Amino acid sequence: MTDWLSPDEWQAVALSVKVALWAVAISLPPGIWIAHLLARKSFWGKSLLNGLVHLPLVLPPVATGYILLSLFGRRGPIGGFLEETFGLVLAFRWTGAVLAGAIMAFPLMVRAIRLAIEAVDPKLEEAAGTLGASRTWVFLTITLPLILPGIIAGAVLAFAKAMGEFGATITFVSNIPGETQTLPSAIYAFLQVPGGEASALRLVGLSIAVAMAALIFSEVISRRVADRIAGK
Amino acid sequence: MSLSVTLRHQFSGFALDATFEADGGLTAIMGRSGAGKTTIANVIAGLFQPQEGRVSVAGETLLDTSAGIALPAHRRRIGYVFQEARLFPHLTVRRNLLYGKWFYGASGAEFDRIVDLLGIEPLLARRPGALSGGERQRVALGRALLSDPHLLVMDEPLAALDAQRKAEIIPYLERLRDEAGKPILYVSHSTSEVARLATTVVMIDAGRVVACGPAVEVLSDPALARAMPIREAGAVLTATVAGHDDADGLSELTASAGSLFLPKVSSPIGAKLRVRVEAHDILLFKDAPQGGSALNVLPVTITSIREGDGPGAIVGLMAGGDPLIARVTRRSVRQLALEPGLNCFAVLKSTSIAAADIGAG
Repeated sequence: MTDWLSPDEWQAVALSVKVALWAVAISLPPGIWIAHLLARKSFWGKSLLNGLVHLPLVLPPVATGYILLSLFGRRGPIGGFLEETFGLVLAFRWTGAVLAGAIMAFPLMVRAIRLAIEAVDPKLEEAAGTLGASRTWVFLTITLPLILPGIIAGAVLAFAKAMGEFGATITFVSNIPGETQTLPSAIYAFLQVPGGEASALRLVGLSIAVAMAALIFSEVISRRVADRIAGK
Repeated sequence: MSLSVTLRHQFSGFALDATFEADGGLTAIMGRSGAGKTTIANVIAGLFQPQEGRVSVAGETLLDTSAGIALPAHRRRIGYVFQEARLFPHLTVRRNLLYGKWFYGASGAEFDRIVDLLGIEPLLARRPGALSGGERQRVALGRALLSDPHLLVMDEPLAALDAQRKAEIIPYLERLRDEAGKPILYVSHSTSEVARLATTVVMIDAGRVVACGPAVEVLSDPALARAMPIREAGAVLTATVAGHDDADGLSELTASAGSLFLPKVSSPIGAKLRVRVEAHDILLFKDAPQGGSALNVLPVTITSIREGDGPGAIVGLMAGGDPLIARVTRRSVRQLALEPGLNCFAVLKSTSIAAADIGAG
């Protein structure tokens, strides 16, 4: 491995994978919950919630990063609270990169899961209810298995997005090698120094490979699960 | 068991106001499409909350809007068989059948008995996607039964099936009614299904209960014939198999009014059968007809005559102890001077009775 990637480059790749995995892990439960709310419930402020979820998709990433910095910075209202209560610091740490990645990837994840939930026939859930299953059980035994392809697709998409997140990350946690220098930040950094093009090019190639692998993996898995779920 | 239902609900442009009670056996809710049958089933199962209502099954109150009681569907113990089977596509037939067991367990012996009763043993390892419509509906039936319900609700379970599949399932429903010991509420707009299966009939018309009573009585009540599609009106005769004639392919049945010859049935001699006699298949003669081809001539007494707006009239008849209804024209009523109390003869062609209209009594 180290033959074709320098230790600096390798460090950026490893950090990116770690950040993206964590971003997916923390956003998956709320992602499923909010997708379910948006797909099945009607409540006051639903369009507002929908807009809020999708905001990072259309807002300039640097604006999202700045908002994160204001809220989650060590002097921000939430950041200060987290540091005092849990000793958790986000700004300029890899944990902050996780948060930025999660928020930027959230709309993609929610969208994929929401579409999957909308495709589940509520009549099946009703039938499960008449057989004695409470709402929680219906969700766990009927809805969740049926939306699994959507969850996988959403998670893989979110992973790829979090891997490649740049604008919000660099604004919120900067570009510190070994701490917050993810793959895109590293590419950017290499391009700023003379003779860095070769490193940048290798990382760009790697990014393409990771993104393609993620897309193909998600496609194959969802097709396999969809076949199983269609009762074939 | 007893089922007691009272409900009132105002939809836009349609009011449902129904009250009825039923005891064990198979109770059919009958009426035209849009009469409110499925809504009643959904209220009982807890899938629809009416503005006002009371539902109790076997002494347990499931819904009482005046007392603020409304048990959620999953705590009502109502096995529901839907029109479309609604099997869980990601589970095998076996896991579908066992789904309700997670919550209210039926024993392993019960599983074998029901799988056997419905003839679904060969399907257990398959997935719902690989089943035919009739097979799916049988699995759905088994799944509902295995959740150990206090009442089985079936909403037009045969409506989505073709005639052949219906004929395949009806015997299972008869066995269920006679052997499983579960009270059944059966929603249907098909008079022939109801005539074949029901012990009690609740007739619904435009959101109201117009009749509730034993199937034999309700189906042969001329006053109610208008609540069902007129071409389907017909009464149910109970008869016992007296003998078979293999050479002619006929069976002889004994009814209270005399012998009936019907296309050969497979039931053994002595078996009690229900025979549906459609109103438009009966010819009325004032004198005993001579030299006709019809094999069945029953002496009957006219009990009532009901004329509608159309050219037809429904004539209520008593054949021995069994009520029948005949649909004739108003002109015939006039020309023959038919009137209640008159003795005459009902003629029925053997071949007009379809095999599907003969079922276990």
